[in-house]
Amino acid sequence: MTSANLAPDLAASMRLSRPRLPRWAPVLALVLTVAAAGLPAMLLGWSVVGWLALALVLFLAALPGWAWAVEGGRSAVDRLMTALIWSAFGIAVIPLVWLIWTVVSQGASVISVEFLTYSMRNIVGSGGGIYHALIGTLLVTGAAAVISIPIGIFAAIYLVEYGKGTQLGRWITFLVDVMTGIPSIVAGLFALSLFVLLFGPQFRAGIGGAVALSLLMIPIVVRSTEEMLRLVPADLREASYALGVPKWRTISKVVLPTALGGIITGVTLAIARVIGETAPLLVVAGKTDSTNFNLFNERMSTLPVYIYYSFTQPGIAPPGVSDPPGIARAWGAALVLIVIVMVLNLLARVIGKIFAPKKG
Amino acid sequence: MSVTTSVPEKAPAKPPRSLGDRLFSGVARAAGLTILAALAGVFIFLTIEGVPGLSQPTSTYAPNHDFLSYVGPLIYGTILAAVLALILAVPFALGIALFISHYAPRRLAVPVAYVIDLLAAVPSVVFGLWGARSLATYLVPLHEWLYAHLSWLPFFAGPPSVTGRTIFTAGIVLAIMILPIITAISREVFAQTPRLDQEAALALGATRWEMVRMAVFPYARSGMVSAIMLGLGRALGETMAVAMVLSASPIVTLNLISNTNPATVASNIASSFAEATPAKLHVLIATGLVLFAFTFAVNFAARWVVGRNDRRMSR
Amino acid sequence: MAKSIDVSDLNIYYGDFLAVEGVNMTIKARSVTAFIGPSGCGKSTMLRSLNRMHEVIPGARVEGKIMVDGQSLYDASVDPVAVRREIGMVFQRPNPFPTMSIYDNVLAGNRLNAKRLKKSESDDIVERSLKAANLWAEVKDRLGKPGMGLSGGQQQRLCIARAIAVEPQVLLMDEPCSALDPISTSAIEDLIHELKTDYTIVIVTHNMQQAARVSDDTGFFNLKATGEPGHLVEFNPTKKMFTNPDHESTEAYISGRFG
Repeated sequence: MTSANLAPDLAASMRLSRPRLPRWAPVLALVLTVAAAGLPAMLLGWSVVGWLALALVLFLAALPGWAWAVEGGRSAVDRLMTALIWSAFGIAVIPLVWLIWTVVSQGASVISVEFLTYSMRNIVGSGGGIYHALIGTLLVTGAAAVISIPIGIFAAIYLVEYGKGTQLGRWITFLVDVMTGIPSIVAGLFALSLFVLLFGPQFRAGIGGAVALSLLMIPIVVRSTEEMLRLVPADLREASYALGVPKWRTISKVVLPTALGGIITGVTLAIARVIGETAPLLVVAGKTDSTNFNLFNERMSTLPVYIYYSFTQPGIAPPGVSDPPGIARAWGAALVLIVIVMVLNLLARVIGKIFAPKKG
Repeated sequence: MSVTTSVPEKAPAKPPRSLGDRLFSGVARAAGLTILAALAGVFIFLTIEGVPGLSQPTSTYAPNHDFLSYVGPLIYGTILAAVLALILAVPFALGIALFISHYAPRRLAVPVAYVIDLLAAVPSVVFGLWGARSLATYLVPLHEWLYAHLSWLPFFAGPPSVTGRTIFTAGIVLAIMILPIITAISREVFAQTPRLDQEAALALGATRWEMVRMAVFPYARSGMVSAIMLGLGRALGETMAVAMVLSASPIVTLNLISNTNPATVASNIASSFAEATPAKLHVLIATGLVLFAFTFAVNFAARWVVGRNDRRMSR
Repeated sequence: MAKSIDVSDLNIYYGDFLAVEGVNMTIKARSVTAFIGPSGCGKSTMLRSLNRMHEVIPGARVEGKIMVDGQSLYDASVDPVAVRREIGMVFQRPNPFPTMSIYDNVLAGNRLNAKRLKKSESDDIVERSLKAANLWAEVKDRLGKPGMGLSGGQQQRLCIARAIAVEPQVLLMDEPCSALDPISTSAIEDLIHELKTDYTIVIVTHNMQQAARVSDDTGFFNLKATGEPGHLVEFNPTKKMFTNPDHESTEAYISGRFG
């Protein structure tokens, strides 16, 4: 019952080949537009940025225009979008490279043994270091990790293994979502309110910072652990149940080890994420120039807060030097902080690789 | 009245569970409840400490006179900076996400994804330092250019700042900060588009872009919306970058490039916190509560959009 | 329409891996050609190379020639997008676009090219294509409903309607019935019979009875050994293939001794 009118014309030959731009057309267009933009840029004395911006605009017009003339409208749209997407990528790489380069070039000259091993106690003018802030950052982040990792992992176990479909499970899922969206400064204010109510209005201590950071860290740990636990095939659990293994032993001996690599990766990334948090620590852990090893007593400086105060209260520039000493210290501390974060990120990847289930 | 003859069925007895099982599930449940308690705590303690901030002596709210007029300009500044950041970030973020998932050669896609993740890992205080010391200086010519050519727009009414530390610069820094979040989530949903849907489009003779529009975007729409909303939430709550870049004053203006810039709620807390009296502290906590409510609403809206879309898709 | 396809000395690679080696065959116009063979022998790869779909996978490429209507498919001047318009494809699992209605699904291909389709024109295309796919009677009252709401067999016929709505020359089917129940399968097989008066059809199937039922010619693909590339063992009229095959391995496969 195929209708005859559906049959296309027998004589009509297929038109497979169409005029197409050569493969090197984008490259040619790019070279030409960069050159073309160079002319007005040179005549009018524009900067390199202006020259490249004009080149980009010209390129985005020229290549699709050429394609329009040769290949037709659909292909022109396709080429325009391809060009836009490539340039989005190109432009976005600029700030990252720029930022890393700035931090490294400004910070590298500051870093010395003295910078890493001295605190700011009794320092006026130049000199001094970040020792107290490093210790503070390690202690506060460590305490935050101690609080959040067990809570986060067990909450994820509850969500995946016990609370599936229950009212409580849905509530917790929802609240973890809410927690993900808590602005970091609000977490700080919460910790402050809590400790101020408990210990009086002048209370500032590292533990407050740890509580604030846990609030930010728990949802990340829950999310990544949950995801990893869900990846463990149900067959594996059933195989274990079928052997008569109780549920908690199935979880602790079968499910968790299978997901371990992913969980450790997630936890490491969560630490990397909160170690650079500034706002909550600024509010509740405060700032000091001395080294403080006690999380529960007195203010405690941390690297991010150190950077902030070095930037906002840089001191007075010695005569003949353009920048006050605080700025250099801020760059140095920023470099140290970035290195720590990057190392943690790399570590997370390596751990993920090592613990990934072996094949064969 | 007849008596029911059927034997009332006993509720099925719970199977006996070992001590280990009860302990383990108890601990897991307790961890879940801790999260509940923690969030309840956030609400309760912020409210206890924040509510007194609504009715402090007039002088506390200087230069304004009551809480609403104090927090109003801050909220305005927060929204302005966040929207600015969103406008700048979204096209790039979606572009890069597509680049990674569909356009880049495989050899390039993996490192690019890694680099974008690194961008997300940079601490906000470093962004702030870079934005204030490095980026702002380089953006001064752009400020001047915008003033010279576009000053008929209220956004660029000028006079341009000579330091570059304006809400415009802050918006750019925020955009760079939220870009990785939006990219990461949308890249994931783009990549999850079923291969079959994409091949169906290609087999009908779609170009790559047409395939993206036919198969990828419809599939990823709700994921994109939630990615953007999460980026917005992050931009609303971001503190340090704005506090370090901006030289702020409590005003309401559309002018993005002048010396006087509106502060944001979060940056205002950070910068006024150190010198705050206990009375002022209550006010700041109250503004924090407002910010919390605000970001909560945004996240909630995002979830609602996603949920609605899922419901429509599964109809 | 309904062009024949000549394949000569075709090698298909994924990166450095040679998946299919040295294929020569002529696929006749207005007939059904079936590819059979054990899993992993390259029959789907072969099929996908016929409309340049395999190059969607990064690193995939071919050597050799595929001529359709006197034009080489892999010529530098040939646009893969144009190839896929002329050589339609139906996939293993039904894959209607989840966000589109039945109506929009049928028109998906047509909407790509024509700037504006008049309402009457599009109605006409939808009705013709759905009728040709034997689906019209079942869905004519719910064209606005999502395509995902149909049963598996209906979805697959919707996909066939979508493929023929752009009026291709050739229809490629990659195990179109493997995800379907026997009743839907027989509906599709009947449809293939009807469609071959207008189209050149190439079908990959795991099911030898199906190949015997629907096809005029059959190509048997096999691996020389594990890890070796797949190749075409035998290409013959189906009748001959199933009664008196040229090769021993073909007979072994058809009689169910391996595969």
